[in-house]
Amino acid sequence: MSSIIQYFSAGRQSGKHTMPFVIILLTVTALACVSNLYLPADSALHVSTYSITLLGKYLCYALLALAVDIIWGYCGILSLGHGAFFALGGYAMGMYLMRQIGDRGAYGNPDLPDFMVFLGWKELPWFWHGMDQFWFAMLMAVLIPGLLAFVFGWLAFRSRVTGVYLSIMTQALTYALLLAFFRNEMGFGGNNGLTDFKDILGFSLQSDTTRVSLFALTALVLAVVFVVSHKILSSRFGKVVLAIRDAESRARFIGYRTDRYKVWLFVFSAVIAGIAGALYVPQVGIINPGEFSPINSIEMVIWVAVGGRGTLIGAIIGALLVNYAKTRFTAILPEAWLFALGGLFVLVTLYLPKGIVGLYTQLLSKRQPPATKESEA
Amino acid sequence: MRHFLVLLCCLVGLFSSPAFSADSTTSHSLSDNQAPPALAPLMLKLTQEKYSKLLPVLKEIEANSNETTASLFRIMMQGDLYFIKTNKQLVQHFKDNGKDLYQGIFSQKVIADVTKRSVTKIKVNNRLRGYLRTAIARIQLTSASAEIRLSAVQELLSNLDDDTVAMIEALYSSETNKDVKAEMGLALAINTALSTELPNSTRIAAIHRLSSSLENTVRNKLTQLTNQDNPAIKTAAQQALSSISQRTERFAFLNQLFFGLSLGSVLLLASIGLAITFGVMGVINMAHGEMIMLGAYTTYVVQLMMPNYIDYSIWVAIPAAFIVSGLVGVLIERLVIRHLHGRPLETLLATFGISLILQQLVRTIFSPLNRQVASPSWMSGSWEINPVLSLTLNRLYILAFSLLVFMALVMVLKKTSLGLNVRAVSQNRNMAKAMGVKTDWIDAITFALGSGIAGIAGVALSQLTNVGPNLGQDYIINSFMVVVFGGVGNLLGTLVAAFSLGIATKFLEPMTGAVLSTILVLVFIILFIQKRPKGLFPQKGRAAE
Repeated sequence: MSSIIQYFSAGRQSGKHTMPFVIILLTVTALACVSNLYLPADSALHVSTYSITLLGKYLCYALLALAVDIIWGYCGILSLGHGAFFALGGYAMGMYLMRQIGDRGAYGNPDLPDFMVFLGWKELPWFWHGMDQFWFAMLMAVLIPGLLAFVFGWLAFRSRVTGVYLSIMTQALTYALLLAFFRNEMGFGGNNGLTDFKDILGFSLQSDTTRVSLFALTALVLAVVFVVSHKILSSRFGKVVLAIRDAESRARFIGYRTDRYKVWLFVFSAVIAGIAGALYVPQVGIINPGEFSPINSIEMVIWVAVGGRGTLIGAIIGALLVNYAKTRFTAILPEAWLFALGGLFVLVTLYLPKGIVGLYTQLLSKRQPPATKESEA
Repeated sequence: MRHFLVLLCCLVGLFSSPAFSADSTTSHSLSDNQAPPALAPLMLKLTQEKYSKLLPVLKEIEANSNETTASLFRIMMQGDLYFIKTNKQLVQHFKDNGKDLYQGIFSQKVIADVTKRSVTKIKVNNRLRGYLRTAIARIQLTSASAEIRLSAVQELLSNLDDDTVAMIEALYSSETNKDVKAEMGLALAINTALSTELPNSTRIAAIHRLSSSLENTVRNKLTQLTNQDNPAIKTAAQQALSSISQRTERFAFLNQLFFGLSLGSVLLLASIGLAITFGVMGVINMAHGEMIMLGAYTTYVVQLMMPNYIDYSIWVAIPAAFIVSGLVGVLIERLVIRHLHGRPLETLLATFGISLILQQLVRTIFSPLNRQVASPSWMSGSWEINPVLSLTLNRLYILAFSLLVFMALVMVLKKTSLGLNVRAVSQNRNMAKAMGVKTDWIDAITFALGSGIAGIAGVALSQLTNVGPNLGQDYIINSFMVVVFGGVGNLLGTLVAAFSLGIATKFLEPMTGAVLSTILVLVFIILFIQKRPKGLFPQKGRAAE
């Protein structure tokens, strides 16, 4: 058991093993898929399609939390704007799905999405061209967040904007995008966003198999990103990133171009967030400007804080736990959820600075001091 | 059964209707004797003629007019003039709780038992309505009140016929009020400028006289003149128009500047509290917006507690909001922020959690709906400088108030020993501590001060917008921008930043629309911070790093 915990908390060391998590994740996914597709609906072990979609949503959040953790937990950059990258990825996917509706919309226009017909537009805006191709849309889902992160990061890190300043700047970024996407003139559906999707790559979004496939795909992507992030962060590049987090000026004086490391890590993180958004939209069936709201971005940070920042597994655990709690809470006591969330912010920052994973290793180190001392060092 | 009911109704109707009419005739004869005797035959004519032939009748009535005639005309213009079929008495129709009621024109007493059936409406068309409007104004020209006279002349400006001009000319020399006289002069000048039989030089002089006015009507008349063939008049009118439009533009500019300053004052109020807490403690209080919201709700509660003294409630609300928000601020500092010392990012997260809790708390206590806070009477209305430029009083007061608060804060920081300590801690915490400043204590006081000022900002905001749980959130990002733009720990920077951002936003608005201008300003600040990470006025010295 303790060895597993060590793997889990070992994100920052040159850990060789990410396998346990990947195996658990994929096994659970496979079991859930099989039980949904092959067990009869009245069986006790049957997982409903609703739960599958819910799980898929959680996994998207986990992916997003991973993105936040990479930049915050490993590099000390608190981004309050990751919701923007997530939403941009989501919008790219949403645009593709919108174009897939074709002439099945309420207005039956084969070229224009419903909301454009409603606004009286005559032709597609230039940025909608090519979005009917899946590969192109997916390229955009990765490129646009990456590009935005690159430009923003390049500007910010080069002029050494750090700490709370940077956090506020990222928040302003997502706030500006929120306002922009609310405008009908932007051509992204304004207030209502993009919704009413019919199918993806020819498969109906309502069918069980599509939903299960999307869920399985999300799990797979999460596993891949987890392994890749682990590799990157335990490489030489990752070590420099850690050095920047712990003592940026020192790393700079030694001769590292810290701004470049930060920019690339920021771009990497934004791309992951974009992928998470692209996976999220077909499962939830809607993308609207609300995803840009600063409160969403800051909620992601608390997932990571609850799970334990600086450990990849912590981000995933945190995202799953908090979102599960949110689903339960909002069903039973919708009023109380914001109290609970607010309380979580305060309590975690005050009493659980290293999150659940940190607590676990702490408890473990009390029981057997020498084993974990090593991992702490 | 149903047949029986119908029968019963008919019977009741039969018995009651004679009683009705008998009753109403007596009341009519009573109320009629209030009308001026000279008007009686004319008023009878009103009920007899078709509405296409009413104009001469009305002119005759106007010739015999006194102030009461104006009210008759007004009633007629609104289409509320009726007459009772049986005795041709004129009545005014009005609605009370959805019921149609009728009252005597002059007696203003409700005539009982008159129903919709027993009256006929005296119809008016647009021509009559136009005549009535000027007729009312003409009657009012001789009113005792200067204000009524002024509005009468303004009303007549667009409808100058010979009778009116003659009347104004007659009254012009005897007019004592300066404003009314100027307005009358304007009317006469318009007439002179328009009358083709006068010599060019007189007309051009009149046009020059007109170029000093900003009235809409004057502009329309001058535009008319530019379409005439007389070349001298044409050029004169064009010159006058261009000078008018220049002045209008100048005033529109001033108006925009005022709105910018007003937004700036709100931003200033919202962000100075933040500026001092950020400057002294280096932490961002994400719950600062909620301190503003608490202040606004305090205003609301104070008004609820003294509903009969709304005009004075604001003087209670300002200190109350300061105390409420200040206390909550101290509580937050003591319970949470103190324990997160030296970890600014964690502080940010924890205070954000607090802001969520406070918002939900307000939602639970006061409901999530917006609450309306009444403005005291002396704050509502506007200061009309000329027809183009009018400044709303509440914005004007808030502008002055924000500057007052700013000055007070600067005084506290510059002149008191507390201020000295606060500045010392913000410049170099460790050194201050070594010199015996109780930094812990200063932190708490600073936080109380910053939060209290946010509460006062809430009082001001409650006069401009509705009070809701999300009030603070709308301002928090903008106030951060102000603090960051102005440079941390520098109150003067905050002042400059607040007003320049406010003015920039308002000047961009007509070009780009409200949302886009906000976005552009945000993008500008993001870019600005790249160039000057420490803001407009960075703190100098080694301690600032």
